[in-house]
Amino acid sequence: MNTPKPATELDVAFTVNGERVERRVPVRQNLADFLRDTLGLTGTHVGCEHGVCGACTLRCNGVIVRACLMLAVQADGADIVTIEGAATGNYDGAIVADLQREFHQRNALQCGFCTPAMLLTAAELVAARPQASREEIRAHLSGNYCRCTGYQSIVDAVESVCRSRSGT
Amino acid sequence: MKAPAFSYLRPENISQAIDFIDIYGDEARWLAGGQSLLAALNMRLAAPSVLIDINGLSELAGISVNAGKLIIGALTRHREIEHSPLVAQHASLLALAMPHVAHAAVRNRGTFGGSIAFADPAAELPACCIALDAEFVIVGRGGERRVRARHFFTGLYETALQTGEILVAAEIPCARDKGRAAFRELARRHGDYAIAGLAVQAAVEGDVLRDVNIAFFGVDSKPVLAEHAASVLEQGAATPARIEQAQHQLAQDLAPQDDVHYSGAMRMQLARVLLARAIGDLVNLETKSAAR
Repeated sequence: MNTPKPATELDVAFTVNGERVERRVPVRQNLADFLRDTLGLTGTHVGCEHGVCGACTLRCNGVIVRACLMLAVQADGADIVTIEGAATGNYDGAIVADLQREFHQRNALQCGFCTPAMLLTAAELVAARPQASREEIRAHLSGNYCRCTGYQSIVDAVESVCRSRSGT
Repeated sequence: MKAPAFSYLRPENISQAIDFIDIYGDEARWLAGGQSLLAALNMRLAAPSVLIDINGLSELAGISVNAGKLIIGALTRHREIEHSPLVAQHASLLALAMPHVAHAAVRNRGTFGGSIAFADPAAELPACCIALDAEFVIVGRGGERRVRARHFFTGLYETALQTGEILVAAEIPCARDKGRAAFRELARRHGDYAIAGLAVQAAVEGDVLRDVNIAFFGVDSKPVLAEHAASVLEQGAATPARIEQAQHQLAQDLAPQDDVHYSGAMRMQLARVLLARAIGDLVNLETKSAAR
C-alpha cells in the first residue's frame, strides 16, 4: 500500500478576486486568517471563529461560505471572492455597489464590523431572489450578527435594492 | 481561538480513505463540510491528530432515485437538498426542514452525511431520517452494511458508526400517494439549534392518519421516536380531542431533562404544543385551539 504521509503544510493554488495565488500554507490555518495575514485582505473579518457571527463570510465558487470554517488548503483550486473584489470588480452586476449605497443612505451600519459579510450575504439573495419578502430577507441574513443597528435599517436597505432590481 | 495542530490527508477515492482510517483509527476524523468539526476544533473541543478530507470524493455526492428509494450521498451539500426537485417530490419532509438547518452560508458547505454522523441531539436531519424510516449505508474494510435510522443514533453525539467506517449514503423510501410531512421547531434565532422540534411523516386521507412516524429533536441526548403519541393518532380521525390525547401520551415517549438553558418541564410543554401544530399542518386543522 502506497500511503502518503499526512501533511502539516501544503502547496495550494487558487484565485482570489481574479488573481492567481500560489502559496505554501500550514494545514491548520483557516481561510480567513490566510487572506488577512498572508494576503493582507483584511475585509474578511474574524469574529467568533466558530461559525456563529458570520463576519468572515466570503464567496467560494460562487456561493457564500464561512471562511473560519474552511481550511486554507481546502481552497485549493477554488475561485474566492472577498469584499475587496466584490466591491470593486464586476462579479455580480454591481449588486454590492447598490447595497453599499443603500446601506449608506439608510444608516445600515455603525461600527462596520459586520458590514462586508452582511453585503456579501445580502448580495447572494438579491442575485437569486430579488422578489424576496422582508421575512425571507431576515431569514437569509439570520446567520450574520450586527450589534449596532438592530437590523431594521439593514433589512430596509436590502429590501430597497431587491425592489429596485425586481421592478416591484 | 485557533484550531490545535493536526496533520492532513486527502484521499483520492473511498478505498484509499478506508486505508487511511485503518492506519489512524480513533486518532483521525473525517472532514466533510466541516461546519461542526472545524468549529469544534477552533473551540478546542476536539483535537484529532489527523484530518482525512473527503471533499474530493465526488462519488459520495449527489441525489438519485432507484427502485423506489431516494438516495442521498453523504457528501451532498444542504443547499442542494434544499433546492432538489427529487427531494421535494419524494421526501418533502427534508425540503420542509432544510431552511431551518443553520444559515445560508453554512448550508452552502455543510453536508447531509456530516450532520447525520455528527449526531447533534438538536439537529434536524437525524430526526427527519428517523421519521422517513431511512437506512444508512456504511462502508468499512469488511464491506458494506446498512443501519436503520431509528437504530443508528445511540447517544449524545454517538452513532452506530464504528472506527474504520464511513457513512456513504442515506436511502429513503419514496413517499407514496397519501404521504404527507410536517416539520416544526422553536429556536431563539432562525437557523440556530432548536430548543425543541419534531419531524412527522404519515399517510393522510382527509383527517385520518396512518403509518405515523413522529421524531422529536432537542429534547433528549438523541432524537426520539414518539411511538405512544403516534399510536393514539392512528386510532381514528385527528380531532382536537384525539390530538389532545396524543399530547398527553407524549409523557410515555419523552423525558426531557433540565439543562442550563431550559427546564425539562418547559421542553415537554413545547413538545406538546409543537405536536399539535404539526398534526394540524397535516390535516389542515386550525391549530391555535388544538395547541392549548
